[in-house]
Amino acid sequence: MTVKLGVPSKGRLMEKTFDWFSKRGITLSRTGSDREYAGAVDGVDGVELVLLSASEIPRELATGRINLGVTGTDLVHEKLPRWEQQVEEIAPMGFGHADLILAVPQCWYDVDTLDDLDAAAAAFRKVHNHRLRIATKYHRLVREYLSDVGVADYQLVDSQGATEGTVKNETAEMIADITSTGETLRANHLKILSDGMILKSQATLWRSRVATCEDTHKTVLKNLLEQLDA
Amino acid sequence: MPNSPNRSLIMAKAALLRQNFEIAGAHPVDLPLLQSADTLLDLYGEDIRGRAYITSDALRGEQMLRPDFTLPVVQKHMAQGADPARYTYAGEVFRRQEHDPDRANEYVQVGYEVFDRTDPAEVDAEVFALMQLQLRGLNLRAATGDIGILLAAVDGLSTTEARKTALRRHIWRPRRFRALLDRFSSRIAPSPTRLKLLADDFCAPDVPQIGKRRASEIDARRASLCADAQAGPIAENELFALEALMTVRETMPYALEQMRNIAVDLPAILPALERLSARISALRIRGIDVDNLDFEASYGRTSMEYYDGFVFGFYAAHRPDLPPIALGGRYDALTRQLGQGTEIPAVGGVIRPYLILALEEEMQK
Repeated sequence: MTVKLGVPSKGRLMEKTFDWFSKRGITLSRTGSDREYAGAVDGVDGVELVLLSASEIPRELATGRINLGVTGTDLVHEKLPRWEQQVEEIAPMGFGHADLILAVPQCWYDVDTLDDLDAAAAAFRKVHNHRLRIATKYHRLVREYLSDVGVADYQLVDSQGATEGTVKNETAEMIADITSTGETLRANHLKILSDGMILKSQATLWRSRVATCEDTHKTVLKNLLEQLDA
Repeated sequence: MPNSPNRSLIMAKAALLRQNFEIAGAHPVDLPLLQSADTLLDLYGEDIRGRAYITSDALRGEQMLRPDFTLPVVQKHMAQGADPARYTYAGEVFRRQEHDPDRANEYVQVGYEVFDRTDPAEVDAEVFALMQLQLRGLNLRAATGDIGILLAAVDGLSTTEARKTALRRHIWRPRRFRALLDRFSSRIAPSPTRLKLLADDFCAPDVPQIGKRRASEIDARRASLCADAQAGPIAENELFALEALMTVRETMPYALEQMRNIAVDLPAILPALERLSARISALRIRGIDVDNLDFEASYGRTSMEYYDGFVFGFYAAHRPDLPPIALGGRYDALTRQLGQGTEIPAVGGVIRPYLILALEEEMQK
């Protein structure tokens, strides 16, 4: 039995993850052709690399098909209810910083806080006969956050990409999305609510609490975690 | 659900309860499992998505597995009901669970709902006493409250209509209600951003106008904020009275006495207190031990959003992990909202046979 480590299968997130491990004496690499999702691990025995889409890693951790996984805090919190019971945070990795925020058009000069948003939503519903639409792909996080702070008269509309464009297209009045620098928001004439930070996210190494563990397995995992700590 | 009693026992218990409600004068009704998601969303807002299972088809769009019976009962009554009318029903409701795996996501409820324009105190007492009768021997604690008193208190504040509307809208969201109250009483200073917005020399930022919320709406909100800034803070005596009111927690007769003292500063609650007083008498006549019945002015504010008058729940004191065994209340405003111009005072309650059976089983051990 090997310890399975799940890592994002492409892009900057994969490269940064490889860098992070190599600084700790573990070389991760993709093998075979560019299109084949197979990988190798050097520098530690008994660990198998599994390349996955970052958004699938939370689910794989929760079902116990991988022992360790690298993915964003945002995805773990959105996809895993009661995530603390299913995964353990081993190490924030210092890259992939992204904040889940609420953003409204810059022309809404009257809206700066959640309090303003709530009042604007009530007025909007009266005028337009529908609730104020918020485009997002983070349904659960946004709904729980707004319910907790007591904002009403909004509705979530699903947007899996180009979310910043929904306001201009009038398919939503505002958005809840991940941003790192805020540049795309500004380019689309949006601004962040001053108290509208839902979650601060970064790439993180997680351990599955449900993945089965044999004794040989446990030693490998322990050695690996010690090496990563160094 | 751990140790849940077997289903045929639950159904038998439900049938028995429904029969009791029929004997009490209710007409049995069968209600659909699937409800229009639009109606539920309009009523409860987006929060309902966290509590109800959603499905859909191409013709009818989004549908929800009924999270409770109140909405279909009201719809049925509004469409074809006699006046007055009493209904009973039994069946499953479905609640999506995202936090507590020990809570059931599907369970049977039996209900009794009364639509009646005559003596409201009498009908409140009828429903409460009927529920209590079904639960005798289980040694439950009853909690009661009255959202109508809080609503009357808000209505009676000497402040602008806009502020009262905002407070009324958030009576079921205590955190935002608190924030509004702090702002309207000038307990927190306006932010620099807000001060700039209110200043005479404010000019709108030179940015493109995008989205469906138009410039006129944005300007209108600034105008209303400027108007609000002209209104003085809510008077301290009224504020303290409202805060004292929200913390009243006593047995019914003492609670009434305390609130009569509070009414010195908030006389607008007096009619609502008279209704409570009449309810106490009606309960007493029905043999309810009101001298030991708890009353909490804020009861029902976090979980019973459509109730706007009398509210009640029955709890197993030694099993705080269980949801209420029965609960209910008055929802006049809901019939107004769904009735499209017509309305009828309504009060009802539901009882959960699976919890009764679980408690009975425990007692036998």
